[in-house]
Order: sequence, then C-alpha cells, then structure tokens
Amino acid sequence: MIPLLSVSDLRVGFGRNPEANEVVRGVSFDLADGETLAIVGESGSGKSVTALSINRLVDYGGGRITGGSIKLRRADNSVVDLLTATEQQLTKIRGAEIGMIFQEPMTSLNPVLTIGTQIEESFRLHRGLTGRQATAAAKDALDRVRIPDAARRLEYTPNQLSGGMLQRVMIAMALACNPRLLIADEPTTALDVTVQAQIMALLAELKRETGMSMIFITHDIGLVAGIADKIMVMQGGEAVEQGELNQILDHPQHPYTQHLLHAVPHFASGRATRSDGRREKDKGTEPALKVDGLVVRFPVKSGFFGRASGAVHAVDGVDFDLMPGETLAIVGESGSGKSTTARAVLGLVRSTRGTFSAGARKAAAEQSALPVQMVFQNPYASLNPRLTIASILAEPVIATGGRVNAQTRAKMAALLKRVGLPESSLERYPHEFSGGQRQRLCIARALMLNPSVVVLDEAVSALDVSVQARVLELLVDLQREFGLAYLFISHDMAVVERIAHRIAVIYAGQIVEIGDATSVLSEPKHSYTKKLIAAVPTIDRRHERFEIDTRQVPSLVRPLGFEPSPAKWDKFGPDHRARVEA
Amino acid sequence: MNYLMRRLATFPLVLIGVSVLVFVAIRMVPGDSITAMLGTEAGLLTPAQRDALAAYFGIDQPWFIQYWRWLLGLLHGNLGISVTYGKPVLDVILERFPLTLELALLAMIIALAVGMPAGVFAATHNEKLSDLGVRVVAMIGQSTPNFVLGLLIIYTLSAGFGVLPAMGAFSPLWQDPLRNLGQLLLPAVTLGFAFAASVTRISRSAMLDVLSDDYVRTARSKGASNRSVIWRHALPNALIPVVTLSGIEFGYLLGGAVIVEQIYALPGLGRMVLDAILQRDYALVQGSVLFIAFNFMIVNLLVDLAYVALDPRIRLGER
Amino acid sequence: MRILRAIFAHTSGRIGGAIVALYLLLAVLGMLGLTPHNPLMQYRVDRLHAPDSAYWMGTDLFGRDVASRLMTGIGQSFTVAFFSVAFATLAGTILGLAAAWFGRWDGLLMRIMDVLLAFPAILLALLIVTVAGPGTWTSIVAIAIVYTPIFTRVVRGPALSLKAREFVDAARTFGSSSSYILTRHLLLNLVAPLTVQVTLALAWALLTEAGLSFLGLGTQPPAASLGLMLSDSRNLMETAPWLMIFPGLAIMISILGFNLLGDALRDILDPKMRRSIA
Repeated sequence: MIPLLSVSDLRVGFGRNPEANEVVRGVSFDLADGETLAIVGESGSGKSVTALSINRLVDYGGGRITGGSIKLRRADNSVVDLLTATEQQLTKIRGAEIGMIFQEPMTSLNPVLTIGTQIEESFRLHRGLTGRQATAAAKDALDRVRIPDAARRLEYTPNQLSGGMLQRVMIAMALACNPRLLIADEPTTALDVTVQAQIMALLAELKRETGMSMIFITHDIGLVAGIADKIMVMQGGEAVEQGELNQILDHPQHPYTQHLLHAVPHFASGRATRSDGRREKDKGTEPALKVDGLVVRFPVKSGFFGRASGAVHAVDGVDFDLMPGETLAIVGESGSGKSTTARAVLGLVRSTRGTFSAGARKAAAEQSALPVQMVFQNPYASLNPRLTIASILAEPVIATGGRVNAQTRAKMAALLKRVGLPESSLERYPHEFSGGQRQRLCIARALMLNPSVVVLDEAVSALDVSVQARVLELLVDLQREFGLAYLFISHDMAVVERIAHRIAVIYAGQIVEIGDATSVLSEPKHSYTKKLIAAVPTIDRRHERFEIDTRQVPSLVRPLGFEPSPAKWDKFGPDHRARVEA
Repeated sequence: MNYLMRRLATFPLVLIGVSVLVFVAIRMVPGDSITAMLGTEAGLLTPAQRDALAAYFGIDQPWFIQYWRWLLGLLHGNLGISVTYGKPVLDVILERFPLTLELALLAMIIALAVGMPAGVFAATHNEKLSDLGVRVVAMIGQSTPNFVLGLLIIYTLSAGFGVLPAMGAFSPLWQDPLRNLGQLLLPAVTLGFAFAASVTRISRSAMLDVLSDDYVRTARSKGASNRSVIWRHALPNALIPVVTLSGIEFGYLLGGAVIVEQIYALPGLGRMVLDAILQRDYALVQGSVLFIAFNFMIVNLLVDLAYVALDPRIRLGER
Repeated sequence: MRILRAIFAHTSGRIGGAIVALYLLLAVLGMLGLTPHNPLMQYRVDRLHAPDSAYWMGTDLFGRDVASRLMTGIGQSFTVAFFSVAFATLAGTILGLAAAWFGRWDGLLMRIMDVLLAFPAILLALLIVTVAGPGTWTSIVAIAIVYTPIFTRVVRGPALSLKAREFVDAARTFGSSSSYILTRHLLLNLVAPLTVQVTLALAWALLTEAGLSFLGLGTQPPAASLGLMLSDSRNLMETAPWLMIFPGLAIMISILGFNLLGDALRDILDPKMRRSIA
C-alpha cells in the first residue's frame, strides 16, 4: 500500500538566497493511514517549517522549498506531488484533505468575524454549503469538539472565548471537512496544563472516531507519549532520529534524543525531587520570608459613574513561610493568583490585607541589601534594550543610594562570571544575548543587592528545554552558595519537581494544598492537585485515555464585601496539608 | 463600562471645553469687547453710549456670567449677530455650510475610492515595480500642499487649454447637480489629493501587516483562495486604521476648505471664516469656529461608532 | 525581499536626507543674507524678468529677485517649523510623560488635549492668529499649540506600555527613583519614536506655515515667505509662471524631503521592522 504521505529529502530555505539559507535540510518520512507522527525539537530545529511545507503554507511566510518531494495520496487514490501542484490544486487540498491547527489560538482566528462564519467557510469552500445548511454543519462541527451550547457560540467573536475554547474551535474548523491528515503545530503550548490535557484527549478521541492521520509538532517530548505512534526528532534542520514511539522513548540512539529524554526536566511524580535542605522546624531559625493572610482585590467598576460593584478576588487569604536556603514553589494555572502573590510580596501590586516579614537577613549582608529581589518571566522584556549591561547591573546599586565604584564593578564582573557570562558582556546591549543568557543577566542583577529571598516568576518558562535545564542547575548552585530562599512561581510541574523543597498549589486565589514536595507530588490529596498532576504529560503514560472535562474555572469576581469562609485544613503528614473540600 | 459609553460620556465634556476655549480666545483679542463686537464702528460711540451698550450686552458682568449667558444662547441656537452681514451668525453659517460639507465629503469619497484600491493593490504586489510606482506617487501626493496643487491645476487649465475652472454663482446640488459637480469636482480633487495619498499609504501598510497575521494563515490552511483571503479575511481588519485616519483627516478637509475655497473663489464656510477674521467680525469668527469644531467632533463620534461596528474587540471595552 | 525593502528604505532615507541638507544650507545662506541679490531690492527695470543667468528664477512684479527671496523664505519657513516643533515636542513629551506616569492627571490632561484636537489644525492656528495678530512668533506659537496634543499622544501611548514592561517592574523592586525610571527607562526608549515623529511633524509644520502665509496670516510683507510668494503669483501666473512654479516646487520638495526622511527613520528605528530583519 502506498503511504498517505511520503516526504523525501525535503529542503526549505528562507530569504533572498534560499539555497544558502536552509532551515530544513533533507528531511524524509512516511505516514500511513491512521498513523500519528510526532515531530519533536527545540525552537529553530525546523519542525514548524517542515509542517508548514506539507500544505505549502511556508510559501506565504517567506520560505522557499528548494528540493525534495512531498507525495500525497488523495482521496481518489491518485498521488500528487505537493511541490509541483498548482495553487489551484492546493486550495482544493488544503482544508479538504489536509487540515491544520496552530500554536496560538488567540491570534489564529479572525478577530472581526464570528466563529460561525469562520467555520462555515470551510463547508462553503469544499462542500458548497451555504446559508442554513452551512450553519447547521458548523453547529455539528462545534458539537463534535464538545463545545457546550454550540448554537449560541456560533454568534461569538473570538475575543469572547478562552484560549482552550478557541483551540477547540480551531480543531472544529480544521476537521470540518474530514481531512485525512491533520497537522497540529504545537497546539497546546499556549494553554494551561489541564486545558492541554483536555485538548490532547479530544485530539486522541477524534482521531479514533475518524481514523485520520496526524502530524503533531511539539517541543515537549513528554507530551507525545500519549498520542504518537512514531517520533521524529529534529535538530538544526535535520531529522537526527526517527522510529517507533517505544523504541525512541526507551532506547534512544542519537545523543540529542538522549539529552532531550534525560537531561531535560520530565515529571516523575515526586521521584525526582531534591534531597537537600529538608525543613527542620525544631531548629527555631527565623524564616527568610513570612506571609500572613495576604489578600489582593481589584475593584470591578460598572455603570455610568464607574462605581465599584464588586471585586476580583485575585489572592484570597494566602499564608506561607520560607526558610533560608529553601525553595517554595507556588504552582497553579493562569488566573490562579500565583503571579499576583509574587508581585504583592514585592510591592508591585498593592495588597488589600496581610503582612509580610522578611526577617532574618543573611549575616553577610551589606548595609545596602534589600531582602527580596525578583526575576521575571520574559527575558526579552525585563532588560531595558537601550542600556548597557553595566548600567543594568548598576541600577540596583544606584537605586539604593550606592556609588558605581571599583568595588561595584568588581562585584558586577564576579556575578557575571558566576552566572556563566564573560566580563566583556558589561559593555554590550541586551539584544546581543540569547534568551537563556538574558535570564542569567536578570539573575545576576537580582543578586547585586545580596538579597536573602529571590522571587522567580515563571523565570524559566520562556526558555527552550535544554536551556531551561541549565538555568535550573545554575539556580540550585547559587542557592547553595549564597543560602538563598526562592519563591518559585511556575505552572510547570516538571520544572517544579526539580527545584522545589516545598510546594503550594494555588487555585482561584487560595492555597488548596501545601507541603513537602515529595509528598505533595507523589500523594496529592486535594482534588485540584490530583487533576493538575494527572494532566502533566509524562513519557511513562503511553496511549493513555484522558477524560474530557468541560468544567470552567469559577469566576473570581465577587460582590462587594464578600469574605470567603475561613479555611479548614486536613493534615496528612509532618509537612503536608490540604484544604478541606466542600 | 464599555468603550462606547465612555466615549459618549466624554463628548459633552469636550464640547464644553471647546466652547470655553473659543469664548476665552475671542475675549483675549486686544481691545475692549465693544470694539471687538462692532469693529471699527465702535470708534463713533460716546462713552455714555459705550456704557449703555456694555450693560445691554451684559459685558459689565464677570466673565463666567457672560459665558453662562452665551452658553444659554448657544443652546437656543443664538450665536450672536454678524456685523458684516447684519444677520444672525447661525443664518450666515447655515447658508455657507452645505457647500463646504459637500466639498469635504466629495474629497473624502474621491480619496477613499482612489486610495483604498491603490493601497490594496500595492500591498498584494509587494516589492514589485507596480508597488514601487504606487508608493512613489503616494509619497509625492502626500507632500503636495493643496494650495500648490490648486494653483497648478488652474495654471494648467488656463495656460494649456485656455479655460478657467467654472466659477461664478454657485448652484446647490439639489438645483443643478451637473453644474454643481462641475463646480466642485476640481476643488474636491485638490482638497482630497493628499488625503488619497495618505489613505493609499495607510491601507497598504495595514494590508501588509494583516496579511502576515496568524488568522490569514489559518484561512489559507482552510483552502481559501488568495482573492478570498484578501477580501474576506484581510480587508475588514485592514479597514480599521483607514477608518481612524478618515476621522482625523476629515478635520484637515474642513480646515483645507479654507484654502481651497479661497483659491477657487467658492462661497463656502471656510472662505467666510477667513473673511470674518480679516474683517474682524468676531461674532462670526467665534460662531463659525465653534460650528466647525462641533461638526468635526460629530464626525469623530461617527467614526468611533464605525470602529465599534468593525472591531468586536472594542465593543467590550478592551481598549 | 526583506533585504530589498531595507535597501529601499535606505534609498528613500538618502534622498530625503540630501533634500533636507540642501534646504538647511539654503536656509542658513538665506538667513545670513548670502543670496545672489538683495531679496528686498526692487530692480524696477527688470520687473517680471523671466529666469536667466542674472535672475536664476526670474523677478517679481516689483523687480525683486525670486531666487534670493526663495532663499530667505526658506530660512523663514524653517525657523518657524523648527521652533514650533521644538516647543511642541518639549511640551508634548512633558505632558505625555506626566499623563502616563501620574494616573490621576491622565484623564484631565487627555480631555484638554481632546479639546485642542477637536479643532481642525489650520482652524485652531487661524483662531490663535486672530487673537494674537499675524507674525512670525504667532505662527510659531500657533503651530506649536496645534502639534502639542499630537506629541502628547505620541508620548503617552508608548510611555504607558513601557511603564507596564517588566524592566520598569524590576526597577521598582530595587526601589529606583521615579526620575531614574522616567529618564532611563521611559524617555530613553522614546527617543526612537520621537525622532520619527519630529521629522514627520517638521513636514507638517512647513505645510501649515506655508498655508498660513498663503492666507496672508503668517509672515507679513515685505519679508519673503514661500506661501506669500505663491499667493502673490496668482494674478500673474499666465504672464509670469515662474513666480508660481519655483515657490510651489520649493514648498513641495521641502515637505517631501522630511516625509522621505521620516519614513526611512521609521523603517530603521521601528523595532518591529528590526525584528523581522534579524
């Protein structure tokens, strides 16, 4: 039998001289009916360009296919080489035989058209349906991706739906005309982990229902275990290894695959937690940071005069303490209040109630030291592009009334060296550094004032997996060396497992479970923690079926004067407690 | 509170600000108010007559009472009496306004009808010779002041063809549409030329931006043809900046009418304002400046309504 | 293709830059009086003399040399344009930063700017001229007031988004002073967009100045100004077209120069563009 898709020696280049500027260099693979191929690689590996070349969308992104062939067996069993197909043929194939979904559901739907109009378009283009027939077909398509209340949602414009819902709409649209091949380009990267699990479950189920083939592009090798039959690992535009799912995951041959599988954080259900610095309560040391009853509310204004009619309870009664040398991870999904907690600790948002004490400063601290410093998520936005690294590192010193003297300069050079950057970096500008290097610069800047606590707000989330692993190592080393306490805000369980001593799970502005990392990850007690952990993709869970759950996160908007009832806790160990559920 | 509500709520505030500004500005004219009101004829008054007039007009009162009275008058459509025309200011304005409005609208229609297709064409032929041609013409167009263009047109007509643009008595659109358009076409082209160039440039760059957006790629992945991608998916999004520009440019068109009406000797509101300024007819200056600003504000409000209709993101107050 | 565009951007920058430099030279020469003839001298014998080697651009009705008057006129126009844009930039930057930084003033400041923006530009300028009487300084003040709200908006928008950037948050966590944040983090990052805007505003200021003097409300005779020369040429355009052609072209090319330069600067300085090249 001829494969559904046969790609051989595909080469794609960009720019004026595409032959000299190749991003994909001779990739070949076959895909049979009903089979799922996962293409795994980091940014710049050429995985997305490979995917976009199959339906020739790469032509519109400035790319040029310079060689090879992409043979597609069409529905009538004729074989067409997509590289030589005319644009007219291609418009008949796109959508009808090859569907595609993209990374950013928020920007991938037309903001000025209703969802219904956008789905109907597929039926109009390939089935010739118009008017009421098209609307009915669009409603069926939404039902198929389990969007509740589909008929009404057809009238919505994209800004009225959440990211997860929009990705379902994208899937409904891509599958509208039952294509035999679906290309999914990082479809869950922009989504929360529980939403990701939902989308993965949906894709797996739709694949079973329709028998379509799928090409699934991802940077997360853990994610593919649940869905792929075959894996192709890409690096620098080449396929360094490809084969059966089990063979690649269990017996990787190429060093890069081995690196992706072992050196890179993967979730191991509490088996990979840190063993150093166990909390010893009895020692009676003062905590580095203690937060008591933190409440952050933002007024909701409505009506003509903008009177406050309620409040968003972003953080609603959060307590924790943090010992010197310890990492407390705050995990939760977007909108849970984890970042707001971090920002409140630093005074970047005003807390409605609550106290902080950053008590025991380090003995070696200089007089200028501020106890708490922060490293932000986006390394591209947290360094002023118009200042040299020297000015950037000097800023905290100037801000606290210090002088930029020889001593300061020596400190800058020493910290740069410590975070793994050359001293010559001082005269350079941020744009000359990569994302990982910038994050190292941010860490160096945070350490300029000898803080006792560093808040790391999604500090490694924007980095590629192997860069991420190295920055995490640096953080652990620095913690040991300077006795730093970390407040580590993250949505990524695998990363948290590597760095946290303790974990606090936050949901809808409240901590629902807190305790020693190993026990929280291995024996989660609260239903939300369980759900969160179950949603984490791991290479251990293969071809697992997820439950599809369309429950929405509760609204955080409360009427004026609303106070949550005080939390009741169940204790599960010396350092592990969970909120009692109603 | 959503965008539209906010917009409607600030409208009266800005309107009051505009009226205060005009009121204060006119009172800052050197010389006393009687002179300001009566112009040179004030020199003939005796001091007693002056005082009597001051009391009669209420200008012996503090300024805020004067302003309040003036504002109440405004609400009843009383903008004062024009000294040069010997008629209520509002009557003079309303007589002249249709021509200026028609001129501005005609210029706008011409600009949009030429500029948008040109911009879309250039964007879809990006980096080709035809794109370059459109861009060069648009750049030169944007740099050509309307008074230079107007004089060039008149010169070309008179030197090249021995004709002068139709002047003489102006005939309103509803009386003799053909003659009316004959009279207004060249002035409208003169007025709208630079605007057409800006529309071309904005729609080209908006279209280029939009064509590289993710949802355009999505539309292509569904199998939409190039034409459908441009007209159905890209254009509605690219229209948004063009609409914004049109609102702002309408003000320039109303302002530009002062110059174009002067060049083509058209009896419109713009030329009237200029005459009023030169003849120191302050009641008329005050009334007509206020009137034009009010119209400009109305147009901008309409533009914002169009905005809301075009872009659902604004409807929910996300801006 | 991107590289082509970048090259093209440089080309237009080159043309615009050359035009602006040439005009600056002419303006300086005109202001220093280094003109071929005395711009005010009436060569009665040579009235309405067509362009030749003695009078490069001919003479006007009073026998004054058009080329010399053009040069002083350019000096005049550029003086008005530079001073008015400088004032507008300064005022707009201060007001825009204040609006962005002190949230409490934002509403009031922006409504005041809305009031100024409710007038078509030339009409607001006319109103100011009515109050203050025509003249060079009135033109400067009028144009400055017209462009201040535009600069305020141009500064406020990016300043607001810069204020929300993480490097400003970071600065706050160190306890950096407001003046440090305003100058190093906001203003320094606004230099690029302001440069573009200043260049384009110069084009508009030249246009407005010429418009005002065309209407007889700018520079007053007998001083030379481009708008006035053009206005005076109207009754003579058939007998002496050079009276119209040269000042008309002079105005047009000066505006074109700044527009071209502004466009090129936008291409070069716009971070969006730079990202797509990198």
